[in-house]
Amino acid sequence: MTTTPTHGADDVSGIEIELDEVVKRYPGQKMAAVDSLSLTVPAGEMVIFVGPSGCGKTTSLKMINRLIRPTSGTIRLGGEDISKRGADELRRHIGYVIQGGSLFPHMTVATNIEIVPKLLGWDKARIAERVDELLDLVGLEPDRYRDRYPRELSGGQQQRVGVARGLAADPPVILMDEPFGAVDPITRQRLQDELLGIQRELHKTIVMVTHDIDEAIKLGDRVLILQEGGRIAQYDTPEMILAAPANDFVDDFVGSGSALKQLTLSRVSEIELRHPTTATVGEPSREAIARAEAAGDGSLVILDSRRRPVAWRFLREVARRDTVLDGDREKLVTLDERATLNDALDVMLASSYGGAIVCGRRDQYLGVADFESVTDHMRTVEKAAAEEVAADTGRAEP
Amino acid sequence: MWDFIVERHQQILYDGFQHAYLVVLAVAAATVIAILLAMLVTKVPRLDSVANMLSAIGLTIPGFALVGLLMPATGIGSTTAFICVCFYATLPILRNAVVGLQGVEPVLIESARGMGMGEAAVMARVRLPLAWPVILAGIRVSLQMSMGIAAIAAYVLGPGLGSYIFSGLAQIGGKNALNYALVGTLGVVVLALLLDLLLVLVGRLTTSKGIRV
Ligand SMILES: Nc1ncnc2c1ncn2[C@@H]1O[C@H](COP(=O)(O)OP(=O)(O)O)[C@@H](O)[C@H]1O
Ligand SMILES: [Mg+2]
Repeated sequence: MTTTPTHGADDVSGIEIELDEVVKRYPGQKMAAVDSLSLTVPAGEMVIFVGPSGCGKTTSLKMINRLIRPTSGTIRLGGEDISKRGADELRRHIGYVIQGGSLFPHMTVATNIEIVPKLLGWDKARIAERVDELLDLVGLEPDRYRDRYPRELSGGQQQRVGVARGLAADPPVILMDEPFGAVDPITRQRLQDELLGIQRELHKTIVMVTHDIDEAIKLGDRVLILQEGGRIAQYDTPEMILAAPANDFVDDFVGSGSALKQLTLSRVSEIELRHPTTATVGEPSREAIARAEAAGDGSLVILDSRRRPVAWRFLREVARRDTVLDGDREKLVTLDERATLNDALDVMLASSYGGAIVCGRRDQYLGVADFESVTDHMRTVEKAAAEEVAADTGRAEP
Repeated sequence: MWDFIVERHQQILYDGFQHAYLVVLAVAAATVIAILLAMLVTKVPRLDSVANMLSAIGLTIPGFALVGLLMPATGIGSTTAFICVCFYATLPILRNAVVGLQGVEPVLIESARGMGMGEAAVMARVRLPLAWPVILAGIRVSLQMSMGIAAIAAYVLGPGLGSYIFSGLAQIGGKNALNYALVGTLGVVVLALLLDLLLVLVGRLTTSKGIRV
């Protein structure tokens, strides 16, 4: 590892957000866009605002960094009323990530990320170091991507830089508005997993807006389901929202197949991983193949010197070269251990190796998930889950 | 005609330089004025139609008419020439600058504000660099146009190649009439091409690689 994380796994660097009877009425509209919203986002948690289009999610989010001024009500960050702070100063301490990353096309990746640290007057050396650390964190090699322009990046890479930019000055609070709305499903799932990985490391207070209930259930420590006018339909853990929807609106919104959605609640980290033979980039192919054959494996998972997976190859492909070659990490689809079993099944179905490579913190290789490991896990939790749901539904109020 | 040029080459070069100098100076001043005005229009969108109307009407005022209007105030000489060229030069740049500055995607502006950039920073670091290629296109049009306007300004004894054209016109039928008119006209055309080339180069150097076409 060339960088050290800023925070240990158990540090909470986020602060609490509190909305107190917040109202937003746009001029010339009869109905308030947000009508008396009160809620608390605990420090260090990721809360997802979800609801149908036009229900006031974006409005609620933008009131937290004062891009929109509430008509009435109070918002407190870490106990402090935000209306008492200068808007620009406040925003420099709140990360803001929007759809597509919305990078400035005339600035390089590094310059985009540097914006807030520069506004805060950090010195040059510290900023340069921070940029590299962040690129590393979001899985982009600093040397390769630092000086590129946004148009030289794929949609997913742009969104990663957008996340890095939001994290740049290490703000305690991060706001995200449909950050993964503009990318294809496979990339979206990877970005979601990466965000979970980053959050596991940093423990920021994150508020994210989405209209995708599956994304909300997957990412949220808690999920806020909003109804027209920014009224709360339910604010609870994903488990409880699935098991005990508060009303018909939530029931409809969560939709059918909630048994299948339970797959969204189990993480890859909960299942037993396989450990097929691995090889390191640069080692003699013959030795690696011998190891694989001894173990009865037909393929090799290739890791780089930092134990990050770079490729998955059949033995005959490896045999064509004397040494094990590097691969394009961008092209290898891997699963974060925090990914859901739902995502895992998706990836496995698309894989010609009948499995999915699982990574932990900072892309560290953990093992391989296959269908058998998923069904095994589902079978063991099936009974327990059934009992749990019965018990949860018994509880009158969450 | 060759003899005509060889005989007077020093004078022609000097006048050519004066012509270019007047135009470059006037266009530079016009660029600053136009960008400042466009920033104002961007900040107060209601001024938008006023700016559009001004640049539309301004361009229809004949050059001679403006020279005539200015003469009582600023007299005969290079000041009048400069003001006259600068006036016309401002119009196309203003139009492009307004379109360019306002054309920046709202989501980028919001993103900038959301990160805590103040209004001035948003203008200097986001709007202006993104609008720059459009503004440059305006400056190129303006420069070409100004070459011709500067020639007309020679009527009030402004510096440059315009005086050759007027001399030629004044002695029609005379020995060197055609030479004068031709040298004046060709000189203006050649200078215009050279300056345009220079501007393209400056444009390449000042436009971010991330938005260059
Ligand atoms: N700037 C605005 N001016 C007037 N009405 C707005 C504005 N922004 C949003 N609205 C209205 O407020 C409501 C909530 O919008 P929004 O918060 O963007 O919803 P969501 O993000 O949940 O789709 C919608 O009815 C929308 O039309
Ligand atoms: Mg929205």
